[in-house]
Amino acid sequence: MMDCCHIREVVQGFFSLLVGMRVTMGNMFVKPHTVQWPRETAPLPPGFRGHIMMLPDEITRYPKCIACTACARNCPSQCITVTGRKPAGAKKKLADCFVLDFTKCSLCGICVESCPVGALDFSRDYALAAYSKDDFNRMNLLEDLVSPF
Amino acid sequence: MNVSFVAIICYLLGISAVVGLNAVILVWLERKVAGHMQFRYGPMEVGPHGLLQTLADGIKLVSKQLVIPDKADKPLFLLAPVVSLVPIFAAMMPLPLSESVQAWELNIGLLFIIALGLLNTLGILLAGWGSNNKYALLGGSRAVAQILAYKIPLLISVMTIIMMSGSYSLRDIVLAQNHGWYVLYQPLLFIVYITAITLETNRSPFDFSEAESELVAGFHTEYSGMGFSLFFLAEYSYMFIAAALASILFLGGWQGPWLPGPVWSLIKIYGIIFLLMWFRWTFPRLRIDQMLSLGWKILLPITLVNFLVTAGVLAL
Repeated sequence: MMDCCHIREVVQGFFSLLVGMRVTMGNMFVKPHTVQWPRETAPLPPGFRGHIMMLPDEITRYPKCIACTACARNCPSQCITVTGRKPAGAKKKLADCFVLDFTKCSLCGICVESCPVGALDFSRDYALAAYSKDDFNRMNLLEDLVSPF
Repeated sequence: MNVSFVAIICYLLGISAVVGLNAVILVWLERKVAGHMQFRYGPMEVGPHGLLQTLADGIKLVSKQLVIPDKADKPLFLLAPVVSLVPIFAAMMPLPLSESVQAWELNIGLLFIIALGLLNTLGILLAGWGSNNKYALLGGSRAVAQILAYKIPLLISVMTIIMMSGSYSLRDIVLAQNHGWYVLYQPLLFIVYITAITLETNRSPFDFSEAESELVAGFHTEYSGMGFSLFFLAEYSYMFIAAALASILFLGGWQGPWLPGPVWSLIKIYGIIFLLMWFRWTFPRLRIDQMLSLGWKILLPITLVNFLVTAGVLAL
């Protein structure tokens, strides 16, 4: 009786090994999941949060920001510095300086939600690397936009 | 024996080329097989599909310092990798790749190779003892404890084959399979033999003497640079020899249609090596007591009964 159980166990164990081997052999013919960065890039998820960026106005191409400082006041880490003035002949104030201290930012998104004119959004810039923190603690978000001044 | 000096040099060069090329290809193949079985690519950067990766690793290992631990048994520590590697050059001599490609036709070739294969364990034991490291010592002693569990089933299965072919010579064993490979007559024995050579070559699921999750790196914990790479070279060369023996004993060696003999030999040898790699990347490591009960309670009875039945059938 004992021997019969032993033999059945051995045979069952042997077939369970074959099942395992079938799984790994099947894996060999599946395309590897590796993304060969930087030659390939994986698609970013839609809710990805990079550092915040300034959106330009569609017509004038100037930054949309009206320098109301709602973002700076609502920021829990106080990492936004924004100042503004009126350009010659304009009715509204426009931002002339918008500086982000990205080393303090926690990407909470309160600035994006609190902006009354929708001038802020998360960028999709994920490949951030630098030799010094100075590259991140004074990021000028108006740098790449057309200046009204 | 009337072997000229030139012939000896040629054999040595040929065997060295086989040992070196085999290791380069197998290390690359192992990493590729491991990668693809885990949805990865494996080496891709050095050369096309990482073909030159082993060469780059080899250059790195050669240029590294060989650190000898304080209070290690220095002569034994330095001797161990050599003891592990050198028998391979002798064990490769009687291996026939075809009827004419064979360095030395030896009438006890099978016993010769099995005896030299045991020296690998001596190298591992020396490394474990000489390193003055508890993990290395545990690895070395495990390798020795493992011998009996696989050597006896291995030898009995080899005896069965010898009984069927009536010769210890590897060439005669292959020629005796003219009318049908022994794997067709002895499929169970083939499975036992493959299990035994997985144990013999210290490969997962039986890599107790290395066991990186338990013993750091086992017997080669203290080895760096060339010491480590000699062990590595030895491991892959023993795999080649064990797989070659399996192909000769069970798969008819160089026999096969259309293609020339050496090609068939290499196809069978690398097929069996692929099987060993497949095991390694599929099965987790056993416990020591599980391995011992596998050896003593399963492999040994199977081979013994098989031996007696074969003897009875042959006597009729």
